[in-house]
Amino acid sequence: MHKTRLLTSMITLIQRAATELPQDVTNTIHTALLAEDPNSTSYHTLNLIKENITIARKDKLPICQDTGMIMAVIKSRPEPDLLDIEDTIKEAIKALTKEGILRQNCVDTLSGKNTGDNIGINVPQILFCPWDGPPQVYLMLKGGGSENVSTQYNLPNISLKADRNLDGVRRCLLDAVFCAQGDGCAPGILGVCIGGDRASGYLYAKQQLFRRLDDTNPIEELGTLEKAVLDQANTLGIGPMGLGGKTTLLGVKIGIAHRHPACYLVSVSYSCWATRRYAIEINKKGDIERWL
Amino acid sequence: MAIKHITSPLEGDIIKDLRVGDKIFLSGKILTARDQMHKYLASKIDLPIDIRGCVIYHCGPVIVKEKGSWRIIAAGPTTSIREEPFEATTIERFQPGAIMGKGGMGESTLKAMERHGCVYLSVTGGAALSLARCIKRVEDVYMLEEFGQPEAMWVLFVEDLPALVSMDAHGRSIHKEIKRTSSKKLHDLIKS
Repeated sequence: MHKTRLLTSMITLIQRAATELPQDVTNTIHTALLAEDPNSTSYHTLNLIKENITIARKDKLPICQDTGMIMAVIKSRPEPDLLDIEDTIKEAIKALTKEGILRQNCVDTLSGKNTGDNIGINVPQILFCPWDGPPQVYLMLKGGGSENVSTQYNLPNISLKADRNLDGVRRCLLDAVFCAQGDGCAPGILGVCIGGDRASGYLYAKQQLFRRLDDTNPIEELGTLEKAVLDQANTLGIGPMGLGGKTTLLGVKIGIAHRHPACYLVSVSYSCWATRRYAIEINKKGDIERWL
Repeated sequence: MAIKHITSPLEGDIIKDLRVGDKIFLSGKILTARDQMHKYLASKIDLPIDIRGCVIYHCGPVIVKEKGSWRIIAAGPTTSIREEPFEATTIERFQPGAIMGKGGMGESTLKAMERHGCVYLSVTGGAALSLARCIKRVEDVYMLEEFGQPEAMWVLFVEDLPALVSMDAHGRSIHKEIKRTSSKKLHDLIKS
């Protein structure tokens, strides 16, 4: 791969994620706006969000000042180019941080010092996934506020009367939305994993957020649960930013993993309305072959 | 509920007149303070700057230096509740006129607001560019070296920044009310 071309591709990918809200999320926010009463706080809040999305796209500036923790999943055959992609992502991040497209979001946990370039231990988070096809990069910028309200349950849960079944999962998800209130920048999107262990569950839940809001869950009963949780959460009255209203969630995406007999984990990755994710396929020269 | 134009630093009478539900347009001098700065504020007796009556904004902006001066790019609010352990002390010692952020704050802040005459203003999280457009200039910065760009105290001059009074100096809080009503609704959804 040509290094300069690869760098251009990575800068394009990250900049687009920071500045251009995916079309499916934008559409869902526009639909939600129509459902709110034009005199309500929720309408004004969603309208400001809509205006902000438009400015960001037009001026190519970050939608939110919290440009998040950066996660990249690189799917590729085990080729030497793989390491170039990792290095280039870091180089692109440094360049975009200097430009003010990414905020300086990496703090040394012991000293409290900001590294200033968004590079640190496990930052960015880069994951490799073996895959027999042309290289693909999945990128997500996830804000700290939404990360803080993400949560995990282990069933059975007595206080929620949640057993080890899909109704138990429903109870957990509604509780997670209630506990988040407006703190995760509602209206949010839930990425959920049922099963797995503590670590794999959270990761798989977060990866569910790569799914388009208008897709259909391949497992019918999970699709039914997604819709039920979305509808019920939107009756809680928490609303945009927790200031009341009809729109508390924009979507629910549930995935499933096998589990240990002793564990029945429900992992919830809460994403703010500014759900920023894109994926690309890269060709042999290092250019973006197509957006996925 | 009313629409009001207010200017920071705020006078005591104006603060007392603000009620939960009032939509406001804020102008004047405001200061950013988030996690490390709040811990610092709550541990200090003196500050190098007088913040009495001013608005403290829970915000870590994206900001760049161009030709020797600072330019704000994006400046939405951060989650306020993280500052709950420090806010009552900060209000008591430095007497700010308002705290501005997202998500609201808890009981100890609400009590301190009632005691010392202070309100909480909610701004829209993520609307970082719309809000940055209301910031007309960067006047100064404190603790930049120590805390880094997002966590330093930026002194900003704003014009007509839209916000909602969601906690007032009379003990009312929208956040508390919504937590109560949504809790009841949650209970209905999971009772059987």
